[in-house]
Amino acid sequence: MHPVRKQRLYLVLFVALFSSVAVGLVSYALRGNINLFYPPADVASGKAPTGQSIRVGGMVEEGSVQRADDSLEVSFMLTDYQASVPVVYIGILPDLFGEEQGAVASGVLDSEGVLQATEILAKHDENYMPPEVAYALENSGYDKKGKTK
Amino acid sequence: MWTFFHKLGSPPWLYAIAGAILRWLVPVTLVALVGGMVWGLLFTAPDFRQGNSYRIIYIHVPAAVVALAGYYVMAIAGAISLIWRMKMADVVMKAAAPVGAALTFIALLTGAIWGKPTWGTWWVWDARITSMLILLFLYLGVVALYEAFDNKEAAGKACAVLSLVGMVNIPIIYKSVDWWYSLHQPASIKFSGESTIDPSMLYPLLLMIAAFYALFTCCLLMNMRAELLQRESRTQWVKKIAGKESRR
Repeated sequence: MHPVRKQRLYLVLFVALFSSVAVGLVSYALRGNINLFYPPADVASGKAPTGQSIRVGGMVEEGSVQRADDSLEVSFMLTDYQASVPVVYIGILPDLFGEEQGAVASGVLDSEGVLQATEILAKHDENYMPPEVAYALENSGYDKKGKTK
Repeated sequence: MWTFFHKLGSPPWLYAIAGAILRWLVPVTLVALVGGMVWGLLFTAPDFRQGNSYRIIYIHVPAAVVALAGYYVMAIAGAISLIWRMKMADVVMKAAAPVGAALTFIALLTGAIWGKPTWGTWWVWDARITSMLILLFLYLGVVALYEAFDNKEAAGKACAVLSLVGMVNIPIIYKSVDWWYSLHQPASIKFSGESTIDPSMLYPLLLMIAAFYALFTCCLLMNMRAELLQRESRTQWVKKIAGKESRR
């Protein structure tokens, strides 16, 4: 290769490498802030701040959803199977919200460790299948990830 | 073999080769797009949780995949034009930017439309969506930067450097859902191991991804041809083509 071209090739490689390292360092430094939400385990261990708005994400615990009779208030537990965070929310839930499904709640942790949520988002997982397949899996004793229950 | 590559470096040859490819690629693309769309929208079962709204996957995922791949096309063309000073690489880079921007915009728009009924929000600043927005700005940045220079050689160099620096964003977009907690779900199509999307839904999706690659190639070649004509508008071969067209 012509020496001038070789020099330009090294320059291009240097630019690509240097920018990757720079961005890598920045995202490493900001790694906590890039996460959209705290898992319940972080809330339980006190890593999540109280008194300011945060997001907590996890699975809605089975059998934990309770709705009030006279208002739109709903309470449930968000879990990552290590710890659980109680959530209280007044409002309309997204269609895909349900027990044993992922959800992200944003709100403020009160002094009792209850998340007073102002917004609930349903988190969809990567599993796509027709209803018959889901039904067949349910009956065969495997869950949607193909693991035995 | 080598003469073919040398011909790619010559504007009239590149123009003719691109035209010959387009002649059969455009009908193939249209058939694949329409076929994949009909298959995906009409002949697949609804999803067990999302119902019919999941069908936006047949536009959203192909647009996003090709938007990422298109960036590599643009950045590598930029690197070639920087190192070997090939004018035709410069043409490829300039032609790829608006197509990539359009695909990124489609991915963001369909994602927002899907997000509202599924997540309950149009937009959330999670790692995947934010990095995808940065990709849109990078594409638009290359388009704007090119237009900002009067000297097109300097414009090409500046754009090549910008697209090379932006290349680091592509693996970040791809891995963002695995590296950080995000609202966006991880990939359903897996290169290793079994995909978590049912085969009956996967095959039309793969067809749509192939169709979008073909669509990107068509748009790229058409853009390149237009750019070549504009750049070479004073040369004999362009005048010959223009004369042929006007006599029709």
